[in-house]
Amino acid sequence: MAHGPSENFFSRWLFSTNHKDIGTLYLWFSFAMFLLGGAFAMVIRAELFQPGMQLIKPEFFNQMTTMHGLVMVFGAIMPAFVGLANWMIPMMIGAPDMALPRMNNLSFWILPFAFAILVSTLFMEGGGPNFGWTFYAPLSTTYAPDTVNYFIFGVHIMGASSIMGSINIIATVMNMRAPGMTYMKMPLFVWTWVITAFLLVAVMPVLAGAVTMMLMDINFGTSFFDAAGGGDPVLFQHVFWFFGHPEVYIIILPAFGVVSQIIPTFSRKPLFGYSSMVYATASIAFLSFIVWAHHMFTVGMPIAGELYFMYATMLIAVPTGVKVFNWVTTMYKGALTFETPMLFSIAFVILFTFGGFTGMMLSIAAADTQYHDTYFVVAHFHYVMVAGAVFSGTAAVYYWLPKWCGRMYDETMGKVQFWIAFIAFNITFMPQHFLGLAGMPRRYSDYGLQFADWNMVSSIGAFLYGGAQLLFLYNVIRTIGWGKPIDDPKVWDGAEGLEWTLPTPAPFHTFSTPPVVK
Amino acid sequence: MGESTVHRGVLVKSLIGAVLMFMFAIFVLPPLYDLFCEITGIGGKTAGAYTATDIKVDTSRQVEVQFVATNNATMPWDFYPVEHKVLVHPGESREIVFYAKNLTGKDMVGQAIPNVLPNNAADYFHKTECFCFNNQPLAAGDEADLAVVFIIDPDLPASVNTVTLSYTIFDITDRVSTQVSQLQ
Amino acid sequence: MSKRAKALFLSFLSAATLLLVTGTAGADESTWNLNMPRGVTEVSQAAYDIHMIMMWICTVIGVLVFGFMFYVMFAHRKSRGVTAANFHENLTVEILWTVVPALILIVMAVPATTALLKVYDTDNPDIDIKVTGYQWKWQYEYIGEDVKFMSELRTSQDEQYGRSPKGEHYLREVTQPLVIPVNKKVRFLITGNDVIHSWWVPDFAVKRDAIPGLFTAAWAKTDQPGVYVGACTELCGKDHSRMPVVVEVKEEAEYAAWLAGKKEEAVLYKSTIGKQWTNEELMAKGEAVYGVSCAGCHQSAGEGIAGVFPALVGSSIVTGPIEDHIGILINGVAGSAMQSFADQLSEVDIAAVIHYKRNSWGNDVGDMVQPIDILNYKQNQ
Repeated sequence: MAHGPSENFFSRWLFSTNHKDIGTLYLWFSFAMFLLGGAFAMVIRAELFQPGMQLIKPEFFNQMTTMHGLVMVFGAIMPAFVGLANWMIPMMIGAPDMALPRMNNLSFWILPFAFAILVSTLFMEGGGPNFGWTFYAPLSTTYAPDTVNYFIFGVHIMGASSIMGSINIIATVMNMRAPGMTYMKMPLFVWTWVITAFLLVAVMPVLAGAVTMMLMDINFGTSFFDAAGGGDPVLFQHVFWFFGHPEVYIIILPAFGVVSQIIPTFSRKPLFGYSSMVYATASIAFLSFIVWAHHMFTVGMPIAGELYFMYATMLIAVPTGVKVFNWVTTMYKGALTFETPMLFSIAFVILFTFGGFTGMMLSIAAADTQYHDTYFVVAHFHYVMVAGAVFSGTAAVYYWLPKWCGRMYDETMGKVQFWIAFIAFNITFMPQHFLGLAGMPRRYSDYGLQFADWNMVSSIGAFLYGGAQLLFLYNVIRTIGWGKPIDDPKVWDGAEGLEWTLPTPAPFHTFSTPPVVK
Repeated sequence: MGESTVHRGVLVKSLIGAVLMFMFAIFVLPPLYDLFCEITGIGGKTAGAYTATDIKVDTSRQVEVQFVATNNATMPWDFYPVEHKVLVHPGESREIVFYAKNLTGKDMVGQAIPNVLPNNAADYFHKTECFCFNNQPLAAGDEADLAVVFIIDPDLPASVNTVTLSYTIFDITDRVSTQVSQLQ
Repeated sequence: MSKRAKALFLSFLSAATLLLVTGTAGADESTWNLNMPRGVTEVSQAAYDIHMIMMWICTVIGVLVFGFMFYVMFAHRKSRGVTAANFHENLTVEILWTVVPALILIVMAVPATTALLKVYDTDNPDIDIKVTGYQWKWQYEYIGEDVKFMSELRTSQDEQYGRSPKGEHYLREVTQPLVIPVNKKVRFLITGNDVIHSWWVPDFAVKRDAIPGLFTAAWAKTDQPGVYVGACTELCGKDHSRMPVVVEVKEEAEYAAWLAGKKEEAVLYKSTIGKQWTNEELMAKGEAVYGVSCAGCHQSAGEGIAGVFPALVGSSIVTGPIEDHIGILINGVAGSAMQSFADQLSEVDIAAVIHYKRNSWGNDVGDMVQPIDILNYKQNQ
């Protein structure tokens, strides 16, 4: 079976069962979705540049906020990390490919269809989904546009894709490790992904259940979420967040893994507290199942419930703190250099921690009464999601791209991109904390004059941040096509792990005979 | 071949896990949530009809019970409590009345959904009779006095002095079309 | 590079800290607001205090951790000729940095719990007000007082779409504010009519979701008269940002006078309902009602939005039999954005707006409808 990729472009990419090709497909797809979701964000920020409705109608604005959230979470961030997993996990554990290559092909190729369906609703009569990415009933059921059925169908396909992708990762890691690669020797990126995969298998079906109940309420006269028929709209929120809270950790855990690979490399020192990192990741995953209702502090739960969810949520700070301390201590007494992947990783640690601080503030139920559903929350989760997932994803691409294509990216351009992104990110989202505290609710298509100044600052930052992504795209294309060729297997002098023992660029098939790990 | 069986094992187990979680979300979570609500009073839901056992009336204490009514969405009935509040002793059985009138020219069916505030009082608010146990058909232009008989449990926490019983009335005519035809 | 990196990191951090610090000073009506208002109730002040405690704890931890990190980034750079150490665990520090944060959390849980208990202390209110969220307005009902009214956005479409300059209170003004007295414990019973809304007054730290079929409670008691502006904070459709909450806190005597006035208004209104209105009166009244209650969806010239909100120009309902037209306003259309206006608009308003629609933008039905017809329709259906 030792042959190269198919010569025919279509059969190579459409029928690919090669983990590297599928990884590449996932990464390009996610970048395309990232640009699309980013374009939606630009529309939002352009409309919010000034008070008053200048560019779009309020109903279209709601479609934009909804689609921005859905596309970014399900189209950009999750596939990006699945792509990285496809590329790196077999190389990191010494496996020749993923365990279930044909399913791997299927789980990728249904994704473009899911998003084609979802995005096409924007052009249909009645417009696309306009009920927020959290799609609370009854706004998303009784009061939804007719296109909600396409939305539900799209979510089902995405869910199926994620579940198949996760099963593949679980099977690969459980069965295909090289001899001697014990669980506690696996790179942290592999660890975080296995835990993520288990989370996905557990909660994506819950999301599927939530949208199925919606579907039945809308089309078949049941009343899961309709109080008139004995249901309860609050039940929807419980089911949604039972999925939704693990979901945010699904997004952030692989990011932890990436950063835990990069910081040791550029510190030239092994990761500090490897086993505590593993345990911390596992406990964060566990905690994610028992804190969901902290998203619902204003629905009027009994005080006992509110206290419980507050305490449980505060607990998350402990394992998360352990991770941050470990990263910082890994750098301590290392020999640090600051190449682009390291810059993005350090920015990740700082900004993610900042998002963690606001997260702790949000966990305090009495204060959350004031923060809930304001721009403070928007700022909080963009610090965690953008600075967390997107920064670490960018770091990962810069870190592994030379290995993938055997060409070096332009370091200066990478650093320029980093500084623009870092500064623009903070210009965009730091003021949103102030807006939220001053009283601006989220998902507002228009606002009072007292919020005008910070909104303008935030919009300017957003445009800059969007520009930085175009620079990223350019740098990646330039590297693949015209970058300086390299052939050092290690690429980075401090890099450790099986993937760096392979030739650069990584050949189409690797580890056909498993390496032995001492 | 042996290897692919191993993979299939993981695949099958994970798929079963996923399907079980899906079933859990649809078939277990909603009833579990209802049960949880009843036990803890989340959402101020109250249990079904209460069969009175001999509860001692606690004359040393008085609780103010308030009544609130609201119409959902397109429900065009007049619907309000005849008295806004009563003072009762815990343990004492009391009947109060909500007035409903179908203002429209068509026969309709309403369903009232009860709520008790504060949440921690829901467990101690017993309804021995309530119009909310059934739906309420009203012919065009008809009016009705809808009765609730309730007892406040003497075990009501001492910190609670005001209990609010509220009803939201929904138009469920389309759901129960057969009953409408019976009205003719 | 790394030097510049450090400088920028540091300046970012200090700027952030500075902003937080100046935020505490809090300039009142500045448009560069940084911090949460302290508010005027016990609950809002408790929320503010716990917010500040948390912020300072986080700031201190942040300064310590990042301070150490910046020191490392400065001192242990390869360019300074250091060689990397090789240690990778230390059980003592690992236990230490698990236990210490846990202890800090336990300490923080105490004020957090006390503050939450205050939020839930809704017992023994002096006044009860039912707050109902509608798409996209609020209804306030003073329980036991027979006073009930709608509170809608007053800002005109022209201001929103830039056809006229924006007023000082852009999107913060309503037709009728909620009025409450000072020094009385007011309990809000909050519910939703159609979708979920959320009723928020920052200065009271009252934010409760308004959920159809469910009631939630919150309370406020303040000794400071004034006007407090809030908002809807749960996405509820297209005009989510156009249903502000305005609460006026009045001295007790003023409140009593206001309440008496409201009751009188209702009585007076009932007595004028039988009056015969002229075409001009109905058209003028109808145009005003249309602008506030209908134009949001059906658009200012009745053209609607294709596929979402039907046009009224030439519509079969608007130009058809008047009973059907009245019926649709009174009963709404189930499962659509067209709600029942029976409770939301007075008989006069309904009659006027129907007359206006039937005789504007090229619609030329020419019939007349009087408020008394609406009342009769309601009663005799």
